Amino acid sequence: MKRIVELTINGEARDMAVEACCSLLDALRDDVGLTGTKKGCDVGDCGACTVLVDGEPVNACLMLAVEAEGRSIETVEGLQPSVDTLHPLQDAFMQHGASQCGFCTPGILMMAKKLLADNPRPTDEDIRFGLSGNICRCTGYTKIFDAIKSAAREMEAARS
Amino acid sequence: MRRFEYHRAETLEHASRLLAELGEDTFLFNGGTDLLVEIRERLRRVRHVVDIKQIPGLSDITYDETRGLTFGALVTVGRLERLALVRQRYPNLRAAFASLGSIQVRNRATVVGNVCRASPSADTIPPLIADGAFVHIYSRTNMRVVPLAEFFTGPGKSVLAKGEIVTGITVPPALDNSGKAYLKHGRRKAMELSTVGVAVSLTMEDGLCNDIRIALGAVGATVLRAPEAEAMLRGTALDAATIKNAANKAMEECTPISNVRASADYRRDMVGVLTGRAIKQALEAFA
Repeated sequence: MKRIVELTINGEARDMAVEACCSLLDALRDDVGLTGTKKGCDVGDCGACTVLVDGEPVNACLMLAVEAEGRSIETVEGLQPSVDTLHPLQDAFMQHGASQCGFCTPGILMMAKKLLADNPRPTDEDIRFGLSGNICRCTGYTKIFDAIKSAAREMEAARS
Repeated sequence: MRRFEYHRAETLEHASRLLAELGEDTFLFNGGTDLLVEIRERLRRVRHVVDIKQIPGLSDITYDETRGLTFGALVTVGRLERLALVRQRYPNLRAAFASLGSIQVRNRATVVGNVCRASPSADTIPPLIADGAFVHIYSRTNMRVVPLAEFFTGPGKSVLAKGEIVTGITVPPALDNSGKAYLKHGRRKAMELSTVGVAVSLTMEDGLCNDIRIALGAVGATVLRAPEAEAMLRGTALDAATIKNAANKAMEECTPISNVRASADYRRDMVGVLTGRAIKQALEAFA
């Protein structure tokens, strides 16, 4: 039996019809059609499916869609401020080549957004701790760190 | 994912009744970070899950100098990890919380869930046992309070009867003359299960140790105390030689197995190393 779940996705009121055993990840990808959020391991190890729920990063694979009732979900599709503008993190990831196969990128972008919201000037150690639940098998992380630090500087300059 | 029915409990009484009535393959659903993985990897047969997250009154965190720290069943690991009080007064708990899974997992996983899962390698259990924590258990006929050290009966097993629900945990107050540490040993620093975890909580008076509890994780069927090692340390100044002897005794007191993460011999060696280090780290509170 499907249930109707009312929630906010990227600032927009939505509803989705889901089975009780459907994960938030599957609901976002298959019912809502937002395939930016990736399914890597599906058991909470890789972080590819990281989304923000009421502002806090969680693995969308480890949350049931029915639990999202009344919650506000942010996915990578909501990161761009407008259709033709990139978020500073997205821009920096492109500039620094921080994305290779790209499968981990949506999750890392969402995690980095939260990291910079809490800590606008993170050290390497802060980034390492912040991204410890996001696995990248291509880049070796160095370019990801560079991109996040560069975006942090951009965002700080834009604020002042 | 294998199909199951989802039930949202309104009250503890409701949840307890559902657990009793829906039959064997019914499980409480809290953070879900273990249960959903077990369902997906077919490690556990689940027909019904009972979500307790809408039950009122289980999300509180309180602290006072006589009763200590009490948190409800719905309090996430991440919430406690970020709490200034935990950082300042319970560095052992803070170390355990910050080493569990990832930030994403800790935003969903609860400490009570980690405890009830009753894994011998659970990170939160050794420091809670070393601190003398106890669990509050609801049933439809009465409430009972059980010391955490007496809660576990085997790997994945506890004293909880069908229909009983852990509503929260109380950790005794962090005294000014106390020192605490939790050291986790794994193959990597993050997203790792403990190969060995050692917690030490001690109090000093006039330069002598008047109480100490050592709890050893992932080296037995449940998290173990090391009573003989503790006895060797009580009443001493915790000098290097005494610590060394006690750490050797802790190696004798643990009962590790060999598995995919480490051999029994290696785990036993690490108990010796980490027990010594944890005592020294706990003593840094007095430096």
